[in-house]
Amino acid sequence: MTREKPKIAFYWCASCGGCEEAVVDVAEQILDVVAAADIVFWPVALDFKRSDVEQMPDGSILATFLNGAIRTSEQEEMAGLLRRKSKYLVAFGSCSHLGGIPGLANFFTRESILQAVYFDAPTTENPDRVMPGLPLNDRHGELTLPYFSDRVRSLDQVVEVDYYVPGCPPQPKIVTRAVLTLLGEHPPTKGSVLAPDEALCTECPRKDSKPDKIALKAFRRPQEIQIDETQCLLAQGLLCLGPATRAGCEARCVEGNMPCTGCCGAPGRVREQGAKALSAIASLIDSQDESEIDQILATIPDPAGTFYRYSLPASLIHNKRGV
Amino acid sequence: MPNAIESVSGNGQVSTEVAEPRIVGFFCTWCTYLAADLAGTSRIKYAPNVRVIRVMCSGRIDPQFVLDAFAHGADGVLIGGCHPGDCHYQQGNYNCLRRARLLKRVLEQFGIEEERFRLEWISAAEGDRVRVVIDDMVEKLRKLGPLQLKRGPALVRGGSGEQVPQEVGV
Repeated sequence: MTREKPKIAFYWCASCGGCEEAVVDVAEQILDVVAAADIVFWPVALDFKRSDVEQMPDGSILATFLNGAIRTSEQEEMAGLLRRKSKYLVAFGSCSHLGGIPGLANFFTRESILQAVYFDAPTTENPDRVMPGLPLNDRHGELTLPYFSDRVRSLDQVVEVDYYVPGCPPQPKIVTRAVLTLLGEHPPTKGSVLAPDEALCTECPRKDSKPDKIALKAFRRPQEIQIDETQCLLAQGLLCLGPATRAGCEARCVEGNMPCTGCCGAPGRVREQGAKALSAIASLIDSQDESEIDQILATIPDPAGTFYRYSLPASLIHNKRGV
Repeated sequence: MPNAIESVSGNGQVSTEVAEPRIVGFFCTWCTYLAADLAGTSRIKYAPNVRVIRVMCSGRIDPQFVLDAFAHGADGVLIGGCHPGDCHYQQGNYNCLRRARLLKRVLEQFGIEEERFRLEWISAAEGDRVRVVIDDMVEKLRKLGPLQLKRGPALVRGGSGEQVPQEVGV
């Protein structure tokens, strides 16, 4: 008699779809995953419905990989449903892990977002001033849209999460390793981030070019300079968040000659990536004079958006005051 | 009164009282902490709103400490360090200054007014300066009223590595 294969599921919430792509990027190694497990729910690729999941016994899915942040009532319901049905719930990708890019919406109120999207955007034409939220009666009965909540939350702010797979999107190597680890005999400690617990600089191909002391008179944006392809990006004045970001991606952005933007979150000992990145960057400033320091800092146009690019909802303050 | 809060006492009576600003002070052990000591031994009277945390150097103050204080209900954060050139560790106060200038901009983007975060150089001899700074800051925060960050989302993080503080409403 053959042993029944463990079941796994993939789902998406407030995300761009890149994480689904990341699963496909696992390429031929996906066959190892398929050989080891049955995929029972994956809306982007397989035709299973919510009702199919509802009929599964609680805890019958070994692991659900959920990507995307939580913004709407529907996403919250699906997170709760998949939590009940799964032994392990895995926050997959930056949005689910920390809030991600959609989490930057926490700098704006719900009302201002709806106003921008439904009325003010240059590409919006809405003469009837239609807004979401009105129930619609048709032959199916009363239909309503999911509620658009006031803030974006990471998955663990909504339901209990067992593991985190970081990255925007997670790199194929990390994904394969994570899936096979969970299918293995010895699952990691609950709450683990399934990536190395050290700063990205440790695996950066340019780490040997990093000077002992970096002293900067200005910060540069990638489009402003000719970037040297061999030298440490921080030393060139670029806002590379490698020192405050978890390793595991093998410095893919740096390999593409672009600075790290921090998508893997902070290593485990850091509570808040944004503050830690801010601290690391500020200490590179080559000045002891307050007004000169301010001038140098003026070359960073959007500090909060830069340091909290992927982690605003999971940060200590979560959102702009009043949002 | 903009900074009045209503509280319901045990017997159901609603009372209105002025919310006293709560300030967390991070004072360096070599200068500002000694200045606060001097203020005490000199019997200088100043507003009792600051909870002082002694650190070895203002350069030790991680921006996470400041944000954590705000997240836990502080209405203001005051950092006290040695005057420029006087740091016991040569450079610590300059690093503090660089971080503070950047943090100030980030706090502004978070909607936290600049009066709520203050960096002051106070030497061990300037006991009276402690009084002036604290009284002034308390006065300004009274005018601003409580910070009232919205209570954070209920955090259910499980697991080992991450210690997530429960949010405290102001």
